[in-house]
Amino acid sequence: MNAPLTAADGEPLKKKLAREQRLKQFKAVALVAPLALFLLLTFLVPITSLLFRSVDNPEVVTALPRTSQLIRDWDQRGLPSDVVFAALAEDLVKAKAEGTLADVTKRLNMEISGYRSLLMRTARKMPLQLAAGESVRDHFIQIDERWGDPDHWHAIARNAESWSPYYLYRSLDLRETKSGTPVLAPQEERAYLSIFGRTMWMSLWVTVFCMLLGYPVAYWLANLPKRQSNLLMILVLLPFWTSVLVRVAAWIVLLQSEGLINSGLMALGIVDQPLQLAFNRVGVYIAMVHILLPFVILPSYSVMKSIPPSYVKAAISLGDHPFAAFWKIYFPQTLPGVAAGALLVFIMCLGYYITPALLGSPEDQMVSYYVAFYTNVTINWGMAAALGSLLLVATLALYTVYSKLVGTDRLSLG
Amino acid sequence: MLPNYASPVEKLWYWTFRLLCVLVLVFLMSPLLAIIPLSFSADSFLVYPIKSFSWRWYAEFFGNGEWMHSLKNSFIVAPAATVLATVLGTLAAVGLTSANFPGKSLLMPVLISPMVVPVVIVGVGAYLFFSPLGLTNNYLGLILVHAALGVPFVVITVSATLSGFNTSLIKASASLGASPLLTFRKVVLPLIAPGVVSGALFAFTTSFDEVVVTLFLAGPEQVTLPRQMFSGIKENISPAIAAAAAVLILFSTALLLTLEWLRGRSERIRTAKA
Repeated sequence: MNAPLTAADGEPLKKKLAREQRLKQFKAVALVAPLALFLLLTFLVPITSLLFRSVDNPEVVTALPRTSQLIRDWDQRGLPSDVVFAALAEDLVKAKAEGTLADVTKRLNMEISGYRSLLMRTARKMPLQLAAGESVRDHFIQIDERWGDPDHWHAIARNAESWSPYYLYRSLDLRETKSGTPVLAPQEERAYLSIFGRTMWMSLWVTVFCMLLGYPVAYWLANLPKRQSNLLMILVLLPFWTSVLVRVAAWIVLLQSEGLINSGLMALGIVDQPLQLAFNRVGVYIAMVHILLPFVILPSYSVMKSIPPSYVKAAISLGDHPFAAFWKIYFPQTLPGVAAGALLVFIMCLGYYITPALLGSPEDQMVSYYVAFYTNVTINWGMAAALGSLLLVATLALYTVYSKLVGTDRLSLG
Repeated sequence: MLPNYASPVEKLWYWTFRLLCVLVLVFLMSPLLAIIPLSFSADSFLVYPIKSFSWRWYAEFFGNGEWMHSLKNSFIVAPAATVLATVLGTLAAVGLTSANFPGKSLLMPVLISPMVVPVVIVGVGAYLFFSPLGLTNNYLGLILVHAALGVPFVVITVSATLSGFNTSLIKASASLGASPLLTFRKVVLPLIAPGVVSGALFAFTTSFDEVVVTLFLAGPEQVTLPRQMFSGIKENISPAIAAAAAVLILFSTALLLTLEWLRGRSERIRTAKA
């Protein structure tokens, strides 16, 4: 048996090394920790809380606590028992005093329109003043006959929990039946599925256009002498570094009906009257392709730079046609890098907001627009959070694929 | 280059291909080239042909309280966000590239994620989360979120520079008696400086160009230049926007040139070593 190697102070070397390694790891973690903590508080927690908000359903439980508790035992057939009616009367008195009535009326009005006036009207008649021998239920139905309609009670029962899939279902154009199973909404009420479809569709086309225009340019630049390609690269990088707002403004100037493109086309006699290029799908495509094109050209360029030209030369010298050599030898080598670039462009497209908002018609808006709309205009945070969560899930799923394919540690910027 | 013996089809293809590429480059530059001359137009509408030239829209831009206020805000928010993102991002990149960092492959995608998460979601999330904390309608909230958006760029560029970094230099410095802090300041930092600065430039433009988060978080006091341009484009697009655009293009050209100069410098350092 050999004695373990020891350091000068007699401590086993193995132990000393392990301690040294631990210390090193600890230092590395200590360096990363501030950023991790910072992102946690400014980025991850806000986004996670947005996810929770998409299933958050506090209004009914907060304003009508007794009713929500008792209605859970209701067998969902006919009308609830008198106890539930009495609890609602009690809750309405309290809600009126505490000022929580407005929220719950707004929430229930989303379920059945007219619920707001029903609750307001009933609350005004509270506290209960029962005639001799009159049941609470009869009194309610006497105030408003809608209380005799089980649907209005189903609406409360569905929201008697502090969370609900309501907003998520809505965002996918699903409606809940009385028992709570989701079914697809009738054709004329569907809205969001087509918005998600449009977002995907537009992102797909922008990606395709970017590839078709970007790949040849990257190829050209990669095969030019360094001096020339560096000079021409400035023409790609300068727009890339210019503010998106500046570029959108410039495109409006170019594309509008009195714009440079239309007046040029008319002066050349190609068209008699101005083409509609801005404030429609064409304008959005042009500006989005313009903004995202460098994201295809730059990574493709660096991939192509790393491919030795001798392979294609060898193929040609062996008798391949140059086109065939390109297609069989060069293109497959660029494919992984270029495909990764395309995926990144597609992911970025999905979240676009500014360009469609400024250059598109209402029919060209993508999911992000509706997230902003529900946050700022109609103040329906549940809907904003639900649409946002679905968009986020789609983005993150693709991002996971991307980081598995490319590896984020190999990501570089131009 | 095209060999002399190229067939007519090959010649045709060669020139069509070049023409296509040139057209794409023209497409990329055209909006910038189109809007700059308009900023010198004396006309009140952004249309060609320009009948007479004047500086009036620059006077409007630099003399108008709202534009100047937004410019000032941008120059408060962007540098602050840049400093925050650069310091945190550089430290993290140094930690991440050091040997055997536990869970690096899991952490890296998370640190990069602000780059891919749709900005609207970042904006709405921050708005709903920050408003009960009193961080909306003030500079701090805006700076924090802009810094978060800039962090990935710093992490990426600094990590890239560090990956070509010769770690025996650190050992050499330590063996000569320098403390870790002194080694970082005198050996590591000067060598990774180009990466740090280009990361900082990316972080700066990210904040300087950001409008969506600003839409949600900023009050009327914190309106930044892009936010001001956004409402300008939405409401009535006046030539003052062209003047603002021209100023911004000039500014981004300066940033780009700085970046290219840095890239050349770091390349020279790298090749000198090899």
